[in-house]
Amino acid sequence: MSSLSSPISIEVPKAGRGGGENPPAQGGDGGGRGGDGSLNYGQRLRRARLGLIVGLTSVTMIFVSLTSALIFRQGLPTFDTSTSSYVRDWIPLNLPLALLLVNTGLLLASSLSAEFARRQITRQAALAPVQSIPGVSLGDEKAFPWLTVTLVLGSGFLAGQWMAWRELAARGFYVATNASSSFFYLLTATHAVHLSGGILVLLYAAGTSLLHKPVEKRRIVVDVTAWYWHFMFLLWIYIFVLLWFVR
Amino acid sequence: MATSATVHSHAAPQGFIRRYVFSLDHKVIGLQYYFLALVAVFVGMFLSLLMRVHMIWPTAVLPLVGEIKPETYLQLLTMHGTIMVFFVLTTAPQGGFGNYFLPIQIGAPDMAFPVLNMLSFWTTFVAFVVLCAAFFVTGGAPLHGWTGYAPLSALKNSGPGEQLGADLWITSIAIFCVASLMGALNFITTTLDMRAKGMTMFRMPLTVWAWFITAILGLLAFGVLLSAGILLLLDRNVGTSFYVPLVVVNGQIMGHKGGSPLLWQHLFWFFGHPEVYIAILPGMGVASQLLSTFARKPIFGYKAMVYAIMAIGFLGFMVWGHHMFMSGMSPYSAFSFSIMTMAIGVPSAIKTFNWLGTLLHGRIRFQTPMLYAIGFVSLFVSGGLSGPFLAQPTLDISLHDTAFVVGHFHLIMGVAAIFGMFAGTYYWFPKMFGRMMNETWGRVHFVITLIGTYCIFMPMHYLGMAGQPRRYSQFTELSYLHNLIPLNTFMTYAAVITIAAQFIFVINLFWSMFKGPKASDNPWEATTLEWTTATPPPHDNFGGVTPVVYHGPYEYSVPGAKRDFVMQTDPAGVAAH
Repeated sequence: MSSLSSPISIEVPKAGRGGGENPPAQGGDGGGRGGDGSLNYGQRLRRARLGLIVGLTSVTMIFVSLTSALIFRQGLPTFDTSTSSYVRDWIPLNLPLALLLVNTGLLLASSLSAEFARRQITRQAALAPVQSIPGVSLGDEKAFPWLTVTLVLGSGFLAGQWMAWRELAARGFYVATNASSSFFYLLTATHAVHLSGGILVLLYAAGTSLLHKPVEKRRIVVDVTAWYWHFMFLLWIYIFVLLWFVR
Repeated sequence: MATSATVHSHAAPQGFIRRYVFSLDHKVIGLQYYFLALVAVFVGMFLSLLMRVHMIWPTAVLPLVGEIKPETYLQLLTMHGTIMVFFVLTTAPQGGFGNYFLPIQIGAPDMAFPVLNMLSFWTTFVAFVVLCAAFFVTGGAPLHGWTGYAPLSALKNSGPGEQLGADLWITSIAIFCVASLMGALNFITTTLDMRAKGMTMFRMPLTVWAWFITAILGLLAFGVLLSAGILLLLDRNVGTSFYVPLVVVNGQIMGHKGGSPLLWQHLFWFFGHPEVYIAILPGMGVASQLLSTFARKPIFGYKAMVYAIMAIGFLGFMVWGHHMFMSGMSPYSAFSFSIMTMAIGVPSAIKTFNWLGTLLHGRIRFQTPMLYAIGFVSLFVSGGLSGPFLAQPTLDISLHDTAFVVGHFHLIMGVAAIFGMFAGTYYWFPKMFGRMMNETWGRVHFVITLIGTYCIFMPMHYLGMAGQPRRYSQFTELSYLHNLIPLNTFMTYAAVITIAAQFIFVINLFWSMFKGPKASDNPWEATTLEWTTATPPPHDNFGGVTPVVYHGPYEYSVPGAKRDFVMQTDPAGVAAH
């Protein structure tokens, strides 16, 4: 039914049905909703982005607490029974640097492709009303599958992280070997879990494109996921730098 | 119109499951939270009854648990605290009333993300089931207290209940954190983005401000508890040493090395102190709302109230160390935490004096909701005043592990918050169910509960000063506490009577739901948006109409107005302040 309706009609501003009075000038923001409680996609996008920012705050708090735990633990002396004195037991990690740099490159590339996917669908959404006009053609070039590229690169990053774990284990650092290795596994795993969440959402976005959901709806999903993806990239850079300097 | 059908957040659902079980309607979800908390509060209350009975008859064989051994007592204590703090104090005021009334009070048709809202409730439900499962596994429930201090909580052989029971406890808390984060996300986005035309931030009712600030506290605090819980699970199950130092249990050296139990305390209390405000701020919001409504006066110092809520929320993150004065903290840190803690007294006093100022010269209607709101203020004052005592590191060292602390936090965080919930229940019941609760039984319930809770918790301060330790399962044999046994006995009888009185409330609640007199749309003659809509509110809250707000939330006894209150949606040009 959505294909039959003209998306342009959504743009018509609807006044609240509360009567003819003018609301006071200093009014909240309530222009948002139409009289029937429905929203246009621009407002839904704004709301989704706001939700994302709020959600990322809590993700940030998780990593802030893990960081403070890491720094606290690294500086903590432990009682050594053999010498009966307080010693530092933090064993510096022998990080598989080359592999981690490759992974960083993969994640950067996937972040870029997520951005291209976001811009692509923004453009599609903007042109959608024009396309529905009979006889108007925008040149049906096959759209480049940026979403798929993002998915492949993101999965590549996760696989690379898995290899880094294997590499670290081969060098004798297991999860419980030392606090340094515990934190390495913990931070990378927590990041990977969050990234996997992003992959699930991207899969959903790809799924909706197969299901021919309205492009505006897909745009919201892709837009929010792309911003989330950029955050994940920055978060990884932060974790990498942290692990490098607080080895 | 086809377009609006596709962009409408969701249509009114059909079928029992979509309407009442997996509902997307914030009102149904709010009620689900409320009834979950109601079940939880009775479980938690039953556990406390067992503990109180055990305290004065230590050898008595009790129903369901048999003879209470020291570890059984600790299990009761742990589960009582966890259930009450997470599934009652966090769930009902915020998840229950907040969910139901925040969107209506700001003039929104629903929460910003209804699916997330539903997920948030059902995740909370799963967390509760997982927690209760700990009662039934081998070894039983954990015994590390609701604060879960490591290394007791981090080692599987540190006691009965610390095997699977403790894993379930941590898992439940972690699930609860995720649920709370989803809820907080929804509350914040809804408040910022979905206010009706004219509903500026400073026209929001103080209830909405309280839920909003509470959501921000939850957003910042629960992530920290989640990380802390994951570290604890790793210590227990993977062999890491985040919290566990080199430790010997029953002559056996454990494999851990180098961890710090203090790390758990820091992370836990960084969450734990804001959690206290997560429990009490919604109660403050309800008290402000009701005192103004039933005194027929504008709230005294609306903006000061808003800034005080913000200040309390902000300072709440600066004071976690005051729970750790006993842990060998540097005196300098202790001093700064002490100063910050006492600073919370300032915004708290602003709120208290504003409440009293609201009552001053008011034409007070002493109906049940109002009684509970006044009771809230009373308990907030008497529970709060012992706070500055405990904020002194030197005093805290002698009082910390005594019943003094139990009395303090039960009065302010437990009973005051519960009074906020009772006030909210009696106040909003007509809107939620379309009927009035019984006024007489409401008053009886109030009188017994107020006097009863004071009789239970006020003497704890004296017991604490006399040296009665907390968390001890049995102290009747300690000769220096012999003189206190009669007082303890009195408290237990008070507890039995007060708990029995809660059945008055439950019967009143369910009886009124079906048999109570029909309520009008605005039985209390209140001004906020929930009283402008039908009772109970339709699926989209305002029946297709988007409310437009012209006034602040507390315009009572406005000179020149027709009635003694001006609805927020009343366009008539009575001069707003």
